[in-house]
Amino acid sequence: MIAETGLAALWLAASLSLLQLVLGFVPAISKSGSGPIRAVAVLQGVLTLFSFAMLLLVFATTDLSVSLVAENSHSAKPWLYKIAGTWGNHEGSMLLWVTVLGVSGAALAIFSRRLEERTFIAALAAQGALALGFFIFLLFASNPFARLNPPAFEGRGLNPILQDPGLAFHPPTLYLGYVGLSVAFSLAVGALITGKVDRELARAMRPWVLGAWIFLTLGITAGSYWAYYDLGWGGWWFWDPVENASLMPWLAATALLHSLNVLAARDSLRAWTVMLAMIAFSMSMVGTFLVRSGVLTSVHAFAVDPKRGVFLLILLAFYVGAALLLFALRSGKLSEGPEFELLSREAALVGNNLLLSVILGVVFIGTLYPLFVEALTGAKLSVGAPYFNAVVGPIALALMALITIGPLLNWRQDSGERLKRLAIPALLGVTAFVVLLIAVPQDGLLAKLGFGFAVALFPASLLPLLGRKLRRTPLTTYAMVLAHFGVATAVAGMSISSLTTSETLIAAKPGEIVSVGRWSIRFDSIRPVVGPNWTALEATLYATRGGAIETLKPQARFYTDPPTETTQSAILTTLNGQLYTVVGQQVGDRWQLRLWWKPMVTLIWLGGFLIAIGGALALIGRAWRGWRRGSVR
Amino acid sequence: MSSWLRFAPIFLLLLIVAAMLWRLANPPDTTVHSQMIGKPVPQFALAAAVPGVAGLSSAQLADGKPKLIHFFASWCVPCIGEAPVLDQLKKQGVQIDGIAIRDRPDELAQFLARNGDPFDRIGSDPESKTQLAFGSSGVPETFLVDGRGVIRLQHIGAIEPGEVPAITAAVEQAR
Repeated sequence: MIAETGLAALWLAASLSLLQLVLGFVPAISKSGSGPIRAVAVLQGVLTLFSFAMLLLVFATTDLSVSLVAENSHSAKPWLYKIAGTWGNHEGSMLLWVTVLGVSGAALAIFSRRLEERTFIAALAAQGALALGFFIFLLFASNPFARLNPPAFEGRGLNPILQDPGLAFHPPTLYLGYVGLSVAFSLAVGALITGKVDRELARAMRPWVLGAWIFLTLGITAGSYWAYYDLGWGGWWFWDPVENASLMPWLAATALLHSLNVLAARDSLRAWTVMLAMIAFSMSMVGTFLVRSGVLTSVHAFAVDPKRGVFLLILLAFYVGAALLLFALRSGKLSEGPEFELLSREAALVGNNLLLSVILGVVFIGTLYPLFVEALTGAKLSVGAPYFNAVVGPIALALMALITIGPLLNWRQDSGERLKRLAIPALLGVTAFVVLLIAVPQDGLLAKLGFGFAVALFPASLLPLLGRKLRRTPLTTYAMVLAHFGVATAVAGMSISSLTTSETLIAAKPGEIVSVGRWSIRFDSIRPVVGPNWTALEATLYATRGGAIETLKPQARFYTDPPTETTQSAILTTLNGQLYTVVGQQVGDRWQLRLWWKPMVTLIWLGGFLIAIGGALALIGRAWRGWRRGSVR
Repeated sequence: MSSWLRFAPIFLLLLIVAAMLWRLANPPDTTVHSQMIGKPVPQFALAAAVPGVAGLSSAQLADGKPKLIHFFASWCVPCIGEAPVLDQLKKQGVQIDGIAIRDRPDELAQFLARNGDPFDRIGSDPESKTQLAFGSSGVPETFLVDGRGVIRLQHIGAIEPGEVPAITAAVEQAR
């Protein structure tokens, strides 16, 4: 019954999304006021959420008469993975996607009261149109509630790589970010329809973009750390197509966040901001398509069905095409807004937008290039880290320079007076670069430059606070400072770890002593251990670099349902880096050990986290300001 | 902004959608095919992988007789299953040379004792350099090299018993 109730809720929600679309786009009906459309959007969101809760329930109780549960779950699985397994498969994950879409629409209906009424209704209609397409996809091509008759005796189990707390957090946060951007898309479509692209729109759109961007930042950061410790390859970013699929919406959303500030403060960059808002969610849809259709070869091996790929491609082409067509027809009527000088806050933010867009273009081309080449010439090639690092690196450095300068400039025009404050940070940065140039003999000019820029940005990011009354400075300024400080932190981590990581790959006998970096590691023993649904061979390593002796226990695990071997790395985090150990295959009486010493690598994720916290501060600051203004009125 | 520029993103979208459709209709082939087929074997000189068996070098291959070059290893599980098929090929008069990948002499000697030794020569490729030069990315893989030392065929994965006639026919053709 639970599955049928969930399915019924899904059908109801789908019909409500159709109603939402009709109520919004048929002007004769919408003239009578916005009453029903808000209620419809809210109800649609509630029903989708209910449907998702029903799926959670059948997974929690391991109802093996539901075919999705039988194929992806197992009664002997720990409860956390039974729950998280709900979205560890295609249908459940698409239902989560649609749930976020529905709930975002409901939230838009409840919270956005500031916006001009007609734009708002058109935006809700656009949100309904988006939801309708994906409901149809779920109901006709990916029904998560399909029954299995007769029920299975036991489930097939979840891929062991996914049996990790990472699965509980990474996909939901990423989806909140991906799909949260749909609100910006819908608002942009609404504003293009009514022609009202102005400060009001920017202010209405900003909290949604900010919210989605925070989750996207967290999702990417968490995903990067998950891949780092779970896969046992020791890397934190592989420029894999699926990673790129999450990076592209983030780049667009970051650009959008900054151009929204220009639009809100100065009423400039109208057409550009609207375009970015549409691109950001389009990138989310492209990402979803790439991941779900399997058109690109990736380490993320998802179950693939070409028919679903075609369906998603049609949805993508329709929505993105319609939005771009609307832009082509309507954007000519938008005036450009007030002008600004070359040395001004606006100019720096335009620079930021251009550079972020170029990076987005570079990642997009690099991800799809192999596909185009093969389609046209039949030749096979792959584009990897050498291309991305070499092309994205220098642009990212230019972006770092802009982050250093931009916040010190005034709106409209600036004398450049405050730029003199950058003398000390610049000196520090150059010194750090020169020291690295001399101290680290191997190449890696980009990483050395990156560290120099990061060292300069650490103090420079704090400069906007200089000479201000700290208690009266708005929270949003602190937010910017913290996020930019986070960028410096992450870039410092990337540069130092890429320059100074040491690696040892060895087949060692128990009792042998192996060294990596300044660590000396004794391979003590290897013995079997048993977990809830796996057995493992666990190595015991004693590591020291002169001081205390630390114990690490990496495992080679064997799961029974489905039968799979995985490596479970053991990581020791110290103040200045991480010792990363993996135990691999047995060769006679020797065992393969992979050991890495990665100085400062934790700064990468700390930086990502700081950036997200900065975003959260900005959101709180804006809400606080809005609330105070509201209560004064 | 001129009006055609405003429509440019739509054309770009159509282009991308067309490429995606093409890909959905032609699913990617994830096996890595060697670019070396039809070309002379790369230069290499490998030491003997097991004491008492001859090593292998590229100079020995252009001796007028076609032969199979088999990439394998003692740590490779599919190679164990494939061993009887190689013996069968050997009995039908096909000459087979082996290249052992990332292997150790004692392990390899045990492997040959257990699973049979159809090889005339076995070179040791401890860092997969020769394997990469052949355009091979895994074990087991088998290449057919003709009498002039030109690579004629690549077989990825273990040779199945049913594929033996096709392989012997290809060897005959290369004579």
